[in-house]
Amino acid sequence: MGEATIHDERTDEGRRLTLHGRLTVRFIEKISPRLREMEDDPVPIVLDLKDMKRVDTTGAWVLYRLIENRREHGYETELAGADDRIQGLIEQVGKANQTVKIRPPQMQRRYAVLARIGGWIEGGVHQFGTFLAFLGMTMLALVKNLRHPRRLRWLAIMRQAEVVGVSALGIVGLMSFLVGIVIAQQGAVQLRQFGAEVFVINLVGRITFRELGVLMTAIMVAGRSGSAFAAQIGSMKLAEEVDAMRTIGMPPIEVLVLPRLLATTIAMPLLAFYGAIMAIIGGTLISWLQLGIPPVTFILRIQEVVPITDVWVGLIKAPVFGIIIAVTGCFQGMQVSGNAEEVGSRTTAAVVQAIFLVIVLDAFFAIFFSVLGWL
Amino acid sequence: MAAETADIEDHEGPIIEVKGLVNRFGEQVVHDGLDLTVERGEIIGVVGGSGTGKTVLMRSILGLQSFTAGDVHIFGKPVKGLGEQEELEVRRRFGVLFQNGALFSTLTVAENVQVPLREFHKMSQELMDEIAGYKIGLTGLGPEAGPKYPSELSGGMRKRAALARALALDPRLLFLDEPTAGLDPIAAAAFDELILELSEALGLTVFLITHDLDTLYTICDRVAVLADKTVLAAAPIEELLEIDHPWIQEYFKGPRGRAASAAKTANRNREAATA
Repeated sequence: MGEATIHDERTDEGRRLTLHGRLTVRFIEKISPRLREMEDDPVPIVLDLKDMKRVDTTGAWVLYRLIENRREHGYETELAGADDRIQGLIEQVGKANQTVKIRPPQMQRRYAVLARIGGWIEGGVHQFGTFLAFLGMTMLALVKNLRHPRRLRWLAIMRQAEVVGVSALGIVGLMSFLVGIVIAQQGAVQLRQFGAEVFVINLVGRITFRELGVLMTAIMVAGRSGSAFAAQIGSMKLAEEVDAMRTIGMPPIEVLVLPRLLATTIAMPLLAFYGAIMAIIGGTLISWLQLGIPPVTFILRIQEVVPITDVWVGLIKAPVFGIIIAVTGCFQGMQVSGNAEEVGSRTTAAVVQAIFLVIVLDAFFAIFFSVLGWL
Repeated sequence: MAAETADIEDHEGPIIEVKGLVNRFGEQVVHDGLDLTVERGEIIGVVGGSGTGKTVLMRSILGLQSFTAGDVHIFGKPVKGLGEQEELEVRRRFGVLFQNGALFSTLTVAENVQVPLREFHKMSQELMDEIAGYKIGLTGLGPEAGPKYPSELSGGMRKRAALARALALDPRLLFLDEPTAGLDPIAAAAFDELILELSEALGLTVFLITHDLDTLYTICDRVAVLADKTVLAAAPIEELLEIDHPWIQEYFKGPRGRAASAAKTANRNREAATA
């Protein structure tokens, strides 16, 4: 019971196919090829449908295909015992029948590669251009707002500073503390070979203030806040909130970008300094436990061996990194258009680009400061 | 297994049966003892103010959402507590058109239509391509729509494409969530016409959530009114108009309701005149 079967018999006039059971999408795979074979049979065929239990559109369409293809060959096909419903169905699917391409046309392989490379270059140039435009607009808005500080949205800046800075204290502190422990411990292992364990203090002090405190904090802020900027602004763009702001007369750059930019620029040096201090605490702790250097000695030595320029180097780099993180995050957010998927890809791009740019710029800073003689 | 299948195929009696449905979210009670029966072959429209739980009702019937209490039967099978195999048997017999289409965005329209075919049946690619072609045509889309991605389609085309996917398995029962919302009046009228035509040709039962009074007047056999946490009435519109309930009176006799009703009467008169 169920499946469609074909009873095939030869008569004087030609062939008589009697169909039984259900001709539905479920059983079509078996029937379809058999009916296809009959398309090329020149003898007249009578399709007897009076014992069919049920025909759905797929079944009707397979019958339509048989009749139509035979008609094109000039062969005769007659429907017998089909009720109005089946007739109607066959007519309906006949009207709907069309050849449809399943996928958009694809280029030849070698051209496709060229097209993709071209697309990358075009996309990159375009992206760079829009980024410069965005940067310019942001700077203009910044200058305009700094001339009239009352126009700055202090409440929004404070709220963003809280999210970017205060809420990050826990994770940045813990991470820096652990990094401090690792550096002191690894340094001690190496320096012990020369009996120079006491230089662990130089190592920890200089590297954290100058490099790692800032760099680790920047990476964490890019992951925490840069991504959040891109996602927030991106979903606001999707929901047309950004357009709504424009129509109300609130420039999105001033309302959305500047507060985030200023908040990150302010929060970054504070976080970086705090991160360096936490790393030193970690280093102090491990030196005390492993090397027996008392914390007081550690702190006193730090003052002697770390030049004040190291602290300045860190504090100069931090706001610049903050600007990079905020600008890439906001820029990627503002670039979102179309669908929700893009919010995800733009957020990823914001984090990757921010971290990459931070590290590239860090290398430039290293050369810059060494030229200045701040070794 | 075969016996089970035959069971669903030959199921007599109501297609959907909801008895004493209770849906509660925290403190908020959406449905309290809701009853609704949908008979074979009818087009039932579900209306109700915002927050009366139209979509929750549909999701409960579809088994997308577990309900607090009550019984829901679809094709005579309970939606709760079915085995995996049985559940699939039931699922392939209904199609759903979600409010925003819910087309898979990474697939083309034609591939979207083929998803259920591929999932439920072993079929040659050639046959699937042919089926996708006429299904897309059946919903009034041209062949150029096939290789397009959903993001490249207009709202009306997206609804049609979603309908083509809902019809892919030749379901007996079709759920439509606000099919004409967001369409212009011409497209909405065409969509109504399409659903009516398809339901007649395929013998479909249609469960339709809508706010479109024209849709209610043109294609629905019965209208179920959701209010006061239950189905207030489920009857043809003419009978609903007799019911003395403030919401029903306001809904159907408000300015928009009157306009839709007048349009319907005018239509009928014109048909009578030409006949």
